[in-house]
Amino acid sequence: MNNLLVANSVSKSFGDFKALNNVSIEVSKGSIFGLLGPNGAGKTTLIRIINQITMPDAGEILLDGLPLKPHNIRDIGYLPEERGLYKSMKVGEQAIYLAQLKGLTKQEAKERLKYWFDKLDIGDWWHKKIQELSKGQAQKIQFIVTVLHRPKLLIFDEPFSGFDPINASLIKDEILQLRDEGATVIFSTHRMESVEELCDHIALIHKSNKVLDGKLTDVKRQFKTNTFEVGLQAGNPELVKKAIQEQFEVFPATFKNLSDDIKMNIKLPQHTSPNDLLSFLTSKAEIHHFVEVIPSANDIFIQTVKNN
Amino acid sequence: MNHLPLIIKREYLNKVRNKSFIVMTFLSPMIMIALIAVVAYLSQMNNDKQRTISILDETGLVADVFETSEFTTYTIINSMPIEGAKELVKAKNDFGLLYIKKSSDSINVVESVNFFSDDSPSLTIISGLERKIEKRLSDIKLQNEGVDIAQILASKTRVNIAQETFEGEKTSKVDSYLKLAFGGAAGYLLFMFIIIYGNMIMRSVIEEKTSRIIEIIISSVKPIQLMMGKIIGTSLAGVTQFIIWIILGGVLLSVVSAIFGIDIMQMQTPQQEMMNQAMSNSDAQNMAQELITGFVNLPILNLCVAFLFFFIGGYLLYSSLYAAIGAAVDNETDTQQFMMPIIMPLILAVYVGVFTVIEDPHGTVSTVFSFIPFTSPVVMLMRIPFGVPIWQQLLSFAILVGTFTLTVWFAAKIYKVGILMYGKKPTYKELFKWLKY
Repeated sequence: MNNLLVANSVSKSFGDFKALNNVSIEVSKGSIFGLLGPNGAGKTTLIRIINQITMPDAGEILLDGLPLKPHNIRDIGYLPEERGLYKSMKVGEQAIYLAQLKGLTKQEAKERLKYWFDKLDIGDWWHKKIQELSKGQAQKIQFIVTVLHRPKLLIFDEPFSGFDPINASLIKDEILQLRDEGATVIFSTHRMESVEELCDHIALIHKSNKVLDGKLTDVKRQFKTNTFEVGLQAGNPELVKKAIQEQFEVFPATFKNLSDDIKMNIKLPQHTSPNDLLSFLTSKAEIHHFVEVIPSANDIFIQTVKNN
Repeated sequence: MNHLPLIIKREYLNKVRNKSFIVMTFLSPMIMIALIAVVAYLSQMNNDKQRTISILDETGLVADVFETSEFTTYTIINSMPIEGAKELVKAKNDFGLLYIKKSSDSINVVESVNFFSDDSPSLTIISGLERKIEKRLSDIKLQNEGVDIAQILASKTRVNIAQETFEGEKTSKVDSYLKLAFGGAAGYLLFMFIIIYGNMIMRSVIEEKTSRIIEIIISSVKPIQLMMGKIIGTSLAGVTQFIIWIILGGVLLSVVSAIFGIDIMQMQTPQQEMMNQAMSNSDAQNMAQELITGFVNLPILNLCVAFLFFFIGGYLLYSSLYAAIGAAVDNETDTQQFMMPIIMPLILAVYVGVFTVIEDPHGTVSTVFSFIPFTSPVVMLMRIPFGVPIWQQLLSFAILVGTFTLTVWFAAKIYKVGILMYGKKPTYKELFKWLKY
């Protein structure tokens, strides 16, 4: 049993609006799972179903192979996108309360909070009220509260919004460390660069349907077009260019390099090896730059959404 | 996992520690008592003032009915022209001059009585004077017709119907007033409690929405738990506040009356003075006795038990609706539209209680309204002191329980959907749709 969380054909409607249509995902243990999709695609609905905030109309959610039960809220830590704290409550008191709701005792909560407050260097906030903190500071508290009860499954919805770059990278490192310690993470965001950085696996939901699912590397392999970015130097660039254009499909390319005469993207027909291209090119010019074009998460996202 | 106690505790502490709550709790009884003290002090000051009214009676018929009392002194001016009398009264700085013009007979006197003063006198003073003159004149008329006044006085009779139920329980008018007071107080207390603390629940739900903590909380607890915790926690805070108000109010009242020497219970005004004169001593004694027996006769146990149950039932019914409204909207200004349907039956209940129950506590209207769940807590509480059959109370309570189970369910549905909806004010149609989610 390698999957921590499995959603089997989950559907959910609100009135006439179908928010989720037969969506299945599998999140393997110890991975970071990127749940992507445009606004209003149904991500939040799926996350809320996993958190048992909303009940699905059809389908089931399995955690560790067993259907979700109310007591499973202890096993999940959820940082929602729309998040906040009681403004007039003191930081420490509030964190203890939220931890108690997740099943920790007061003593446990205090000890663990002390650890986290020291780790993130915010010990002196304990007696402050939330309304005295800045937005980013309050987000730190929310992050701590989410992970405090050491859940098996962490769900972060746009965890970096509201953080400055320093704190964002601090939180990113904490997420990676939690993953290394054995937690499984579901990560929903619109920031594709953090998807590249963090996610092992992605699923893309669009208009209530899952349209893409797989390991990030597999998805990239699936989306790659056998295109190579090349930089060449030759005695007679125009002649070489013409020769290549006759042979292959060519697109303009922009990349930084030291004064190459020829910069272009060359798309090979399927099942053609890059070696064939290389041997063709070596016969014509000096090769300074040769890289396979790997689609970015951003490209994949845009392409998938546009095609659907 | 049952988090209800935890939620109740947080809600309670959060309310009780809130600065404005503390200020309200301690300040409002002080303000109330201060107001009472000021009013009492002022009215006493007013009463201390001795008024002198001069009387110029050219007929000589009525002058001797004016007897000087604690607050008013009457001076009779003899045979002086009216202009001179006016000058004199003005010079003496008296309150006013009552002038009865000379006329041929007592009938014409009616048309020729004047009162002169600097300020226009109060209605009570004028009607007091009128009453005195009227009485004397009608006596004179009767005498002229040859009727013996002594006979008339002797023929005056006072009837006091002794009321008794078929079971032999004695009741009286005083009794009815007492019942009314108790029932009214209970009903009104519930009404106030619902309005004040229902609103507080609503605001606290809205606060959770606007601070965006709601989704964090309900990923740990069931919305219905959160809602019930809120209702119970806020109510406990309310009960605490009420108890403090009663204790503080009592203490302050006795302190204030001790310091200022104002006997608030026995504040005498000239009006009361006249009333007391009218009522003979034995009447007053009777009344005290009737009050005591009336109190003993009240179905105290029934009243207490019913108060507890109907209070809780009625409060739950309304507060769950308040919570649902809070969940449906984003800010307090949007609540108006949904408040109407809640406030209307409440006000209706108080009106029915005040007008119909007093008139006929067991009439059709009172009885019907004491079964309709939205009005029954208030109306039933007002009716119970008059003795309501147990089966009626039980039936009404059963209907209430049934309804509040339904409204709590209904509110929980709205609550569950509403707390996650941001940005727009829903219509009734949308609320109805939420019930089916």
